[in-house]
This record gives sequence, C-alpha cells and structure tokens, in this order.
Amino acid sequence: MSKQEQHWEKSKGLLMMTLAIWFVFSIGIFLFGAEMNEVTGPFGYPLTYWFTCQGSLGIFVILIFWFANRQEKIDEEFGFSERGDD
Amino acid sequence: MIKGNFIDNLPKVYGIYTGGFLGFIIIMSIAEQMGMTAKTIGICFVAFTVAIYAIIGYLSRTAQADAYYVAGRQVPTVFNGMATAADWMSGASFVAMAGGIYFKGYGYMALLVGWTGGYVLVASLLAPYLRKFGCYTVPDFIGTRYGGNLSRFMAVVVLTVASFTYVTAQINATGTIASVALDIPFQYAVYVGLISILLCSMLGGMRGVTWTQVAQYIVLIIAYLLPVFWISNKMGAGFFPHFMLADEVSRIAELEAQFGFVKNSAENLKEVPKGLAGITKAHSAVNATPWAFISLALAMMMGTASLPHVMMRYFTTPSVKAARKSVGWSLFFIFLLYSSAPMLATLSKLSLIDPSLPTGIIGKSIAEVQSIDWYQNWNQANLMFVSDFNGNGTLELNEFFMGGKAVVLATPEIAGLPYVISGLVAAGGMAAAMSTADGLILAIANAISHDVYYKIIDPKAETAKRLVVARVLLVVIGFAGATIAALEIQGILGSVIWAFDFAMSGLFFPLVLGVWWKRANKEGAIAGMFLGLVSGAAYLVWVRTGGSGFLGITQLTFGIFGSAVSLVAMVVVSLMTQAPNAATQKMVDEVRVPAGKSILGKQH
Repeated sequence: MSKQEQHWEKSKGLLMMTLAIWFVFSIGIFLFGAEMNEVTGPFGYPLTYWFTCQGSLGIFVILIFWFANRQEKIDEEFGFSERGDD
Repeated sequence: MIKGNFIDNLPKVYGIYTGGFLGFIIIMSIAEQMGMTAKTIGICFVAFTVAIYAIIGYLSRTAQADAYYVAGRQVPTVFNGMATAADWMSGASFVAMAGGIYFKGYGYMALLVGWTGGYVLVASLLAPYLRKFGCYTVPDFIGTRYGGNLSRFMAVVVLTVASFTYVTAQINATGTIASVALDIPFQYAVYVGLISILLCSMLGGMRGVTWTQVAQYIVLIIAYLLPVFWISNKMGAGFFPHFMLADEVSRIAELEAQFGFVKNSAENLKEVPKGLAGITKAHSAVNATPWAFISLALAMMMGTASLPHVMMRYFTTPSVKAARKSVGWSLFFIFLLYSSAPMLATLSKLSLIDPSLPTGIIGKSIAEVQSIDWYQNWNQANLMFVSDFNGNGTLELNEFFMGGKAVVLATPEIAGLPYVISGLVAAGGMAAAMSTADGLILAIANAISHDVYYKIIDPKAETAKRLVVARVLLVVIGFAGATIAALEIQGILGSVIWAFDFAMSGLFFPLVLGVWWKRANKEGAIAGMFLGLVSGAAYLVWVRTGGSGFLGITQLTFGIFGSAVSLVAMVVVSLMTQAPNAATQKMVDEVRVPAGKSILGKQH
C-alpha cells in the first residue's frame, strides 16, 4: 500500500470513530430519553434534560478539538502536514 | 497606538473594542441614572453599534478578488471561530430560542442538539477538504470536482433557494429590532436594517464581513450573558446559573404538578392575540417521541453541514489544519450562547409562575396583574396577555399568555434590571440578525458573481469588473430580500428551519460524496442535487396543503426525505454512467492530504 493509501485508511478510521461518538450523543441516547430522564445527572439536573442543555453540546466541542488533534498527528506521521504554522 | 500588521494586532484591536463597548454600557447606565429616557438609550445603543460596524466595513474595503471572496485567507482560527459563531447565530437564535425552550421544552431542545452536532459533520467530513480545494464558493467546489457548467449551476440554484429562504427572516428580524429601538414603522425599519447590513459587506466583501462579524459576536455574547448572570444573581438562584439551577428546574416541575396543564376551550383561545402562547408543556420532562426528537436533530445536523454561508467561513483560514481547529472554536463560541438559553428560559418561567417569588403573577388577582407596569408595557407591545377564563378573579397558569420573543426581551424588565440592559439586548439582537444576513447575502451574491457570471458567462472578465458585478448583485439581492421581508409572510423561525431542509436536500450528499467517494461523477451529482431539491420541495408543498406525510416526516424535517432521494439518485446514476476520469480521481486524492498546493490557484 502506498503512503497515501495508508494515510487515507487511518483518516477513515478516525472518521468512523468520530462519527460513532457523534452518533451516540446526538441520536443514540435520545432513543432512551424518557428512561434516562428519571436519573439525576450532573449538577442535579434530570439526565436527559442536562444532555440537551449542556452535555451533548459540550461533548461535541471537545470531540471536534480531539478529532483535529488526532488528524494532525496522522498527517504528521505520514509527512503530509503543511509547512509553516497558522 | 497600534503599529504593524493588522492581523498581528487582532487581540489588541478587539480587546480595546470590547473595553470600549463595556465603557459605553457604563456611560449609558450613568446617563439612565441622570434621567435619560428609555427611548433615547435604545436609540444610542443601536446607533452606536451600527456606526462602529460601518466604520469597520469601510476600513476593510478592497479591490482584490482574493480579499473580497475569502478575506485573503489569513483569518486566524480563534477569530474565524467568533466570526462563524456570529454568522451562525441568527436573530432567531438570539431572540426566539429561549422562548422556544420556554414553551415547547424537550421537543424544541432537538434544535440545540442539531445546531451544535452538525459542526462535528462540518469538521470531520467537509471543512478541511474544501479548504484544501482552495475554492471561493461552495458551487466552485461542486463545479470543479464534478466538472461542467450544469453541475455548477445546479449548486448555485440550491444555494440560492436555501439562503434566500433564510435571509428574508434575518432582514425581517433586523427590521423588527430597528423599528422597536428607533421607534419607526416596520416598512421603513426594514430598509434601515438593510442599509446597515450592506454597510458591512459592500466595500470589503468577505474581508469586511469577517471583521464586522467578530465585532458583532462580542456585542451579542455580552448582551446575552450579562442579563442571564444578573437575573440569576438577583433572584438568588446562584451566581453561575449553568451549574446551579437544578433546584429551580425541579421547583418548576413541582409547580407544574400543582397547577396542572388545564386545556383551554377553542372559544376562550379566540380571545388570545395571535402569536401568543400559554405554558402547556412540561419544562424538563421528556415530552416528545424518540423519532420526533431524533428526526428534527438529524435534519438540523445535516442542514448545518450543507449551508454554504457557514462552509465558506472555513475558506478564509490560512491552512487546512487551521480550518479544522477553527470549527472547534466556532462551536465553542456558539456553545456559550446555546447553553445559556435554557437557563434564561428556566429563570424567566420560574420568576413568572412561582407565587412565592415577588415577581410571580400566577395566583394573584387579575386586576392586580393588570396594574403592574411591565405587564402594561408588554401587553401594549402585543407580547403579553391575561384573561379570567373561569371567572374566579385569580390568574391561573392556563390564563397567562406570552409571545416567544418576550422571554429574551421582557425578562430583564420583569426581574427589575435597569433599562440599560434592555437597550443592550436590542443591540445584541441587531448584531445577531445583521451578521447572519451579511453572511447569507454575501454567499448568494458571491455564488452568482463568481460561478455564474465569471465562470460561466464571461471567463475573461477583469477583476475590477467582477467585483463591480459582485457588489451590484449584493445590493440587488439585499433589496429583494428586504422587499419580501416587508410583506411579513412567515414567522421568523419557520423559514429558518426550512432553509436547513432545502440545503440538506440538495447539497449534503453531493458535497460529502465529492470528497469521500471517488466514483461519484457529474451525472450523479446533477441528479442528486436536482432530484433532492425537487422532491424535498414537493414534500413540503404536499404537507403544507394538507398531505398526511409518512414516517413521521413533517414540514420541519422534509430534508430527510429530500436528502434520501438525493443519495439514492446520486449513487444509482453515478454507477450507471462512466467513472470520473483519471485527472478527477487524482484531484480527489490530492484533496485528501493537507500538504501541497491547493487545487485551485490563488487567483482564479
């Protein structure tokens, strides 16, 4: 496999992982919204309510930064990162 | 005071600007103490902020295509994040979101999840790859990746339909705020709003819009957060509301159980002015089916990833790496406002319905409520209404009605905050609506001037001529939007959600598969865009004219149907026709690695 193909395989792997986490917190947990809301979540809010106010939203922010860092590492590993800094 | 390159001095410039704005708020509050009228304060806030944006717009003027279309590709990540957040958060987010949460609870919260979750798709599927491509507009990517004028033109059509639906709502919101703050009739206020919008974008294009959007973000976030924190502290609910309102949320649930949700008869409801609603849904309980919630969230997420005015913000970063990080910063800045909206809704609701609070009105006598100053003000503004349906002389939960906008606009006054806060909120709403309108008008005008005029009609046009065409289009589209807004056809939020559905119907799969599926070809993309948009629009018309719909897809989520048709059409037609040629396949390979030259040159 060429260097470029390997790079793309790894990038696809990272994409799948990112989308899996995204799926859980944007869709998956809301399949059980009613049941989860019986549980007390962080700061004492009902759990599903907390996810819709803060939880899912905050997780998405962290997820994007995590994804960006991982992708940068992959690019560096194969020598595909851009020269110069932002 | 400031030496050297503007870009290197950004933190300093906007630091001084933020300090100046805070100073202005303090001066206004002193002026209020000294007897300045509420009306004058409102005018000062709106006029002062709009004047600042106009100055920034003037200073950003340019005669270069690169600066006009993509701000010279030198906007640093954090500032691009702020600009995107302002671009993204519309007048509707600012004025209506807390109200939506207040009235509809869980079912509405799907929008919060959708409008943030979509950024994960933007960051992972699209933004960095489109940045590597080096395009000026979204149709520029479609046209170059798939080839041919027809595919480029189809992309312009989808972009125009989606963005135009959205922009009328924003000009409408700008007009509403200008009409209230400046006390002029709405028909004129719409054009005052439009001129303010054009002042930001006319001379500097994307460069002007970028630097005004950063300034607008700073105003709108201060205007949203300051009242939320202030009210929370004043009510004794906690000094950091986001972490401390659990007791208030459970108190609301307790009161809901105590009062019960009494259903009003149709005859009684006729008395209630149009657009006002009562509290009929639980605040924190799950009141929607999983599919109703998930389908709305999904439609908004895919729509987010297809809206061109957001995507084009990531064309302005210096590198691919910066584009990825910038999406994270965008969502962070959006998160600051979105996570505060439910807190504002909670504080607003509790302060009105809890009889044990001094501001609570439920359980008081109707005559007493009608004599409260703020009730009279907002009743006059057609945003509040009470009526004694059961004739017992006391106000019940089902006898109190409010407009969605009142949650943001009236809560500071109800909580007893000084009027300067209301002026600040007006300036924030104006900033939110203006920044989104600018991004949208620019997206449409750029697509038509660059993709239709330059790429299709006259590829030999000089830069100067191209930029004249771009600016004329900007004004024409702005006026068209304002004229439609002045007719006041739809409510603000209905048309905003439709824009997401139109965008995802026509553009989501052609964009994503353009990067992630090499086999996707021109014929497939054209079929995907055309059939997606047409079937989505047809579904909307069908449901609006009494059709029953299927699979629980409503007029708010018709994009799910449209994009499914688009996906099937694109895959089937692509596989039935010839694979893209070797040059195109190589181009896709190059898009997938950040290093190396962009596909399209610096000047194209």
